Amino acid sequence: MANDEVRIMRDQGQTVTNHGRDIAGRVALLAGCAALLGWIGLPDVAVAQESAPAAPTAYRDLPYIGSRNLVWIIAQLHLLLAGFVLGVPIFAWLCEIVGWKSGDKRYDKLAKEFTKLLTSSYATTALFGGILLFLLIGFYPKLMAYLTDIFFPSFLVYCCLFLVETATLYLYWYGWDAMAEGSGKKFHIFLGFLLNVFAFFIMIVPNSWATFQSSPVVLAEGSDFARAWAATWNPTWWPVNIHRLIANVVLGGYICGAYAGIRYLSAKSTEERYHYDWMGYVGNFIGVFGLLPLPFAGYWLMREIYQYNQQMGITLMGGFLSWLFILQAMLIGVLFLGSNYYFWLGITHRIPGSETQYRKPIMAMLIILLLCLGVWMTPHSLVASLEEAQKMGGTHHPLLGVFGVMSAKMTVSNLMVLVTFMSFIMYWRAGKQDTAGWAKAAKALMGGVLGLAAIAVIILGVWGYFVPAIIRINYFSTSQVGIVIFVMLTITPLTALLLKSAKTTTEMVWGRMPPRAGYALVLNAVMVILLMTLMGYARSSSRVHWHIYGVMRDSSQYAFSPALGYAAALMALNTFLFCMLVAFIFWVATMGDKAKAAASAKGAPEAGHIPAMAGGSQALDGPAGDVSEGNRPV
Amino acid sequence: MVMGGVLIRPIILTVCIYVFLKFIVPNLPHSAPLPSSLIFLYLMLTTAGIVIFATLSGASKDAFFGPILRFLTGEGGGALSSARYLVLALFPLLVGWQTYGSTASSDAPPGENRTIHPAPPGEYTGLSNPVPKTLDNINYGKGLYASRCSPCHGNFDGKGFAAAGFTPPPANFKDPTTIAMLQESYLFWRIKKGGVGLPVEGMPWKTAMPRWELEMSDEDIWKVIMGEYDGAGQKPRTWDESE
Repeated sequence: MANDEVRIMRDQGQTVTNHGRDIAGRVALLAGCAALLGWIGLPDVAVAQESAPAAPTAYRDLPYIGSRNLVWIIAQLHLLLAGFVLGVPIFAWLCEIVGWKSGDKRYDKLAKEFTKLLTSSYATTALFGGILLFLLIGFYPKLMAYLTDIFFPSFLVYCCLFLVETATLYLYWYGWDAMAEGSGKKFHIFLGFLLNVFAFFIMIVPNSWATFQSSPVVLAEGSDFARAWAATWNPTWWPVNIHRLIANVVLGGYICGAYAGIRYLSAKSTEERYHYDWMGYVGNFIGVFGLLPLPFAGYWLMREIYQYNQQMGITLMGGFLSWLFILQAMLIGVLFLGSNYYFWLGITHRIPGSETQYRKPIMAMLIILLLCLGVWMTPHSLVASLEEAQKMGGTHHPLLGVFGVMSAKMTVSNLMVLVTFMSFIMYWRAGKQDTAGWAKAAKALMGGVLGLAAIAVIILGVWGYFVPAIIRINYFSTSQVGIVIFVMLTITPLTALLLKSAKTTTEMVWGRMPPRAGYALVLNAVMVILLMTLMGYARSSSRVHWHIYGVMRDSSQYAFSPALGYAAALMALNTFLFCMLVAFIFWVATMGDKAKAAASAKGAPEAGHIPAMAGGSQALDGPAGDVSEGNRPV
Repeated sequence: MVMGGVLIRPIILTVCIYVFLKFIVPNLPHSAPLPSSLIFLYLMLTTAGIVIFATLSGASKDAFFGPILRFLTGEGGGALSSARYLVLALFPLLVGWQTYGSTASSDAPPGENRTIHPAPPGEYTGLSNPVPKTLDNINYGKGLYASRCSPCHGNFDGKGFAAAGFTPPPANFKDPTTIAMLQESYLFWRIKKGGVGLPVEGMPWKTAMPRWELEMSDEDIWKVIMGEYDGAGQKPRTWDESE
């Protein structure tokens, strides 16, 4: 090392040392001053502590957007994503079982495609859950502290559930091909079962937090676990669990249907059109399958809410939120119409030559659906001008006012469920001819059961006006539901038995649905999302000015229920954001498929745009699945 | 096929339904004119049904929309072409007229969707009738009803001699969609606090019912409720079948 360098280093070292001493001196001076000031100020602090301790922050706000609006948006998106993520594994797993049992690889492929949508949505759901948690802690610290104090044990359970759910999902998805055969497949199906078990508990644990806010059970004493358990098992917990479980299946089914619809509309090959037409059909079927029992679950939930608290029940069903139920009727009506329309399009397009045969039954079903929907959508208090109200003698119409109450609504919703079920049965039977000797008797029996059921439902509905409310609620409404379930449980196995020996007169042709069928699938998905945003607002607003009903009051500037128009705008925004989010997730998830398709297209000639006769098209022999004679689409 | 022939049936159906709702329903026994909002709702459902049925197959869709498209695109010419220009000219005018009609100042009060049954305050929700349901109490309640309530509510049917003077009109207790849907505690709140005790939710018009707590004791109000249900032949909403 040169002498100059040594000298420079020594000088620089000295400089650094001097700087250090300067800084140390200044810090010491500041510390001394602070200590002196502190000593001088100590008595003041002590006095302050005795007089009024600084209150912890109860609320924080966000300029322009508002804390409540932001939480509303994020919570709604999280819930919708969660509904999808918890609903899809149910039917993905069932599809896998069907594929495994029947040996039909198409079902396995479909199950895998459903799961692909699930895995790509899973992380986003968790992400929004995390964002929601941070926002809640930040905006509502006092409320969250209270909830944490009660639910801390279930927070830990929830974390554990998430760990095992995530691990199971990874194993389920990434092990799909590795566990495709033999005992590996059995283990894979067991993983699917576990996935659904964990998903179910992941749903019901946070449900307990939300339902506690509406119908709290607070124990003043007891262990942490006892308090958490009492709060968890609150009056509306199980009704919400059941309602949401079914709703998740509906949401998942319709979103998968919409995904298939969009893929169908943009399909370029016969093979793609075939596959996505079939996937759209399965999605719609799953949506309808869940939609049929959903009104009953909703009715039970509302009954429990009303019984729990009259104020909450009337706020929802007779008070300012009652208009939401008219909107709900409209959305559910569109959903029923859209689902049936898709079935009917399937009959007229997938089964050549069947249009004339089924036109009259379809018209009859459509008329019944519209009449029922008209009754369901008729409000008890009508929107009327002063002049119209004077002519009616008030806002209740003397004749049609009877359509505005639950007896009528329950009757028509049951009839709509029956019609939709028969729509599916008609689709199932289309293109087949009975060969069994007892077919006539079976058909007569089914017709009789259906006719008598419809009459019984109507009689109970009318009779409901002339009995005490509790008799109608506890016996008549439940009997109506029981009758409808009896019809389903009678006609489904009978039809299956008939079809076992039936002769196929017309093969079902997949991939020939018109574009409007794809649009109908998308419409159904949008409707069910809107429906969930609508009823989410209803559930939250029914607490009125309480964070926790009757226990912790909302004392923020947002302690009011947003007006219906304002809420509707937020619902529309949430629906739009969710659709965009899902579109983005699915686009990312299918990037690989497009790349693979492009690569395979270079090496193989494009199949011609011809109708894909089931099992009769060369274009279907390939990666899309096995469509050999024994595995025809049904 | 005559151009537009396939549209004739849906048009006739829609017109028939409109005529039925507008002119026939009001003349049915115990009926009244329907508000335009309800007629509009039913016609929308009719239109939806027509479109759904017309688009079930490619052939029916083309048959249904074909005449409309041909008319709008100017195929055919002749009188239809003139009619098309007329529609194109009238359509903006129609939109303008609708816009004007919905925004211009008017002396007619706006349509209201008043909440008939606002939620009761929390302190009333858990109340149950403390008065024993004896024949004496019921009859005593009916007597009170006759003196205090019947001038407006009449023989439990909402048609008392003073009823015509009120908007909204007094409630009809015999109607199965009124007190039969409610718990006794709800009636207790309404009778005790009257029209002035309605929350904001119950706006825009507060009912003319007096605040009976100034005139009657709580016990008398409970008795009136019992008499009211008995006289109207209704039972209150309960959650216990034994009641």
